[in-house]
Amino acid sequence: MSAVPEYFHSVTLERDKCKGCTNCIKGCPTEAIRVRDGKAVIIEERCIDCGECIRVCPNRAKAALTEELKDIARFHHPVALIPPSFYGQFPSQVSPGTIAAALQAIGFHRVLEVGLAAEYVTEAVAGYLEEHPAPRPLISSACPAVVRLIQVRFPSLADLIIRVEAPIEVAAAIARQRGKGDMGVFFISPCPAKVTSIKQPVGRAESGLDGALSMAEVYGQILPILREVEPLPGYPQASHVGTSWGRFGGEREGVSGRSLAVHGIHHVINICELIEQGCLTDYEFIEAQSCPAGCVGGCLTVENPFVAETNLRHTALTYPRGQGHRPKVAGEVLLLTRPITPRKIWQLDDDTTRAMEKLLLLKETEKELPGLDCGSCGSPSCRTLAEDVVRGRATINDCIFNLRERVRRLAEEMVDLAGKVPPAMAGGEGEAIDFE
Amino acid sequence: MKIYGRQCLGKKAFLELEYQMEGRDFSVAGTAASQIKKMLTEVGFEPEIIRRTTVVAYEAAMNIVIHAFRGRLLVHIEADGIGLTAVDEGPGIADVAMAMQEGYSTASPSIREMGFGAGMGLPNIKRHADGMAIETRVGEGTTLKAWIICKKG
Ligand SMILES: Nc1ncnc2c1ncn2[C@@H]1O[C@H](COP(=O)(O)OP(=O)(O)OP(=O)(O)O)[C@@H](O)[C@H]1O
Ligand code: SF4
Ligand SMILES: [Mg+2]
Repeated sequence: MSAVPEYFHSVTLERDKCKGCTNCIKGCPTEAIRVRDGKAVIIEERCIDCGECIRVCPNRAKAALTEELKDIARFHHPVALIPPSFYGQFPSQVSPGTIAAALQAIGFHRVLEVGLAAEYVTEAVAGYLEEHPAPRPLISSACPAVVRLIQVRFPSLADLIIRVEAPIEVAAAIARQRGKGDMGVFFISPCPAKVTSIKQPVGRAESGLDGALSMAEVYGQILPILREVEPLPGYPQASHVGTSWGRFGGEREGVSGRSLAVHGIHHVINICELIEQGCLTDYEFIEAQSCPAGCVGGCLTVENPFVAETNLRHTALTYPRGQGHRPKVAGEVLLLTRPITPRKIWQLDDDTTRAMEKLLLLKETEKELPGLDCGSCGSPSCRTLAEDVVRGRATINDCIFNLRERVRRLAEEMVDLAGKVPPAMAGGEGEAIDFE
Repeated sequence: MKIYGRQCLGKKAFLELEYQMEGRDFSVAGTAASQIKKMLTEVGFEPEIIRRTTVVAYEAAMNIVIHAFRGRLLVHIEADGIGLTAVDEGPGIADVAMAMQEGYSTASPSIREMGFGAGMGLPNIKRHADGMAIETRVGEGTTLKAWIICKKG
């Protein structure tokens, strides 16, 4: 095996650009970022590659590691997998055939619509729901950021994730069935989460893809030539159902029964909490996407998420309603083969008794902090600073308010002490002797 | 006092916490449940224990919010399990056996419109906890205790 680190992350920090402004630590859904010595630091085992920090960083210091267009030349036959979200980046007059032609013009030999694969997934999910009548609700596995969020923050929901493969892996399998030779399969990715899911999959041993390019990069490459190319014949390949997947609500349209669609990572967290509290048991299916408006709003996209959502909605209307001729896909391609295991990373100590003592200490530390959640200490909230103190990653003096209070008390004590001059040195004050 | 299920925990607590709540403050039950969950995760309880405790905490807190005037949720955490006590000042429960039945609810139509009042809270607590007890006086208030025990070995 090659030396794969325990956690691969697409999301990275460009240290030189980081000004230590603390914007990113606040929005991180897993409290995975701290500012230390004036620079952001990502706690690897907590990061879920959702890309929220990329969105908020004013200095563009947070970036996503992806392949670049030149990397596709490593293969004789580079194939592009286009997700529906890519169409959302263009006005609906730009046809999928035109986009496919432009992708061929920049070097891809073949282009496959991920929407086609999403149709197999839709059917597999319906079958899975039928075969697993309880418990409820079950949660879509399509967004890798959500899967990792559950692993990190909602361990008890891991068993509720539907064990059906995400469309990009199914699309890769279809692409490989159709061609031979030295084929390189690349995804045009709206997000770092998908990039990570290719490098380090959850629920399967290995990805069928060779890499992913940033959607923004590919957009920039094909925009200038869109007017010059003739639409390729044979598009669209997919139908309306699969093409709707890229926007929020699209996935659940293919599922019968009561289902809920949620988008935006903080809303997803809220829904996960409700599931955990037992409030959503009358729902069959939960579609959950980390990004605003769904994958169309991924942090590597270019268009405003809601404009992109509308674009895609219109493009999908031009797709056939029924499903046309489809290639056969082996059933096992559609199922996850490995368990989705919770990441056990929050325990304060391996020993439960020690962990409980530390929790007690954490609670006491928290009481000494002002509760302002200002972030100046480099931790996202007072509670997290208390946690960092208990874990030995920070000290209570990292809190500037706490420090100021201590300095004030010390100053008072010094004034007090300064007043207590020994009688022998007293000059006028102290034990003054009255000569009069 | 009506006791259901196994006897409660007795050892000295490592941690006792208290959440105050007022009737009609609907958000407090969810907040308390998710804070409790976070702490149990930090101690390292199994996901299954955490899930059951979260459901019980939420339903117990919700019953204070919906049916009582004000109350407190007390959380007692020790290595062997978790005890939850919901104490309230409120109308009390006239017929506990009836209240324990699935689908029995005295919630008003306006509460039902908000999606509560399915009469599933107490049965849910009974299903998810290893034991529970209710002590109540009509016109004064209700105390509900529930405990979740980590099975050894
Ligand atoms: N703390 C309480 N004070 C007064 N009455 C209560 C209290 N808890 C429960 N009850 C009574 O017991 C009934 C059943 O409670 P239960 O929690 O099972 O259902 P619910 O609260 O009515 O609906 P749901 O919990 O499904 O939203 C309530 O309708 C109410 O009459
Ligand atoms: S919603 Fe889509 S774009 Fe956003 S993280 Fe999930 S898979 Fe990626
Ligand atoms: Mg109730």
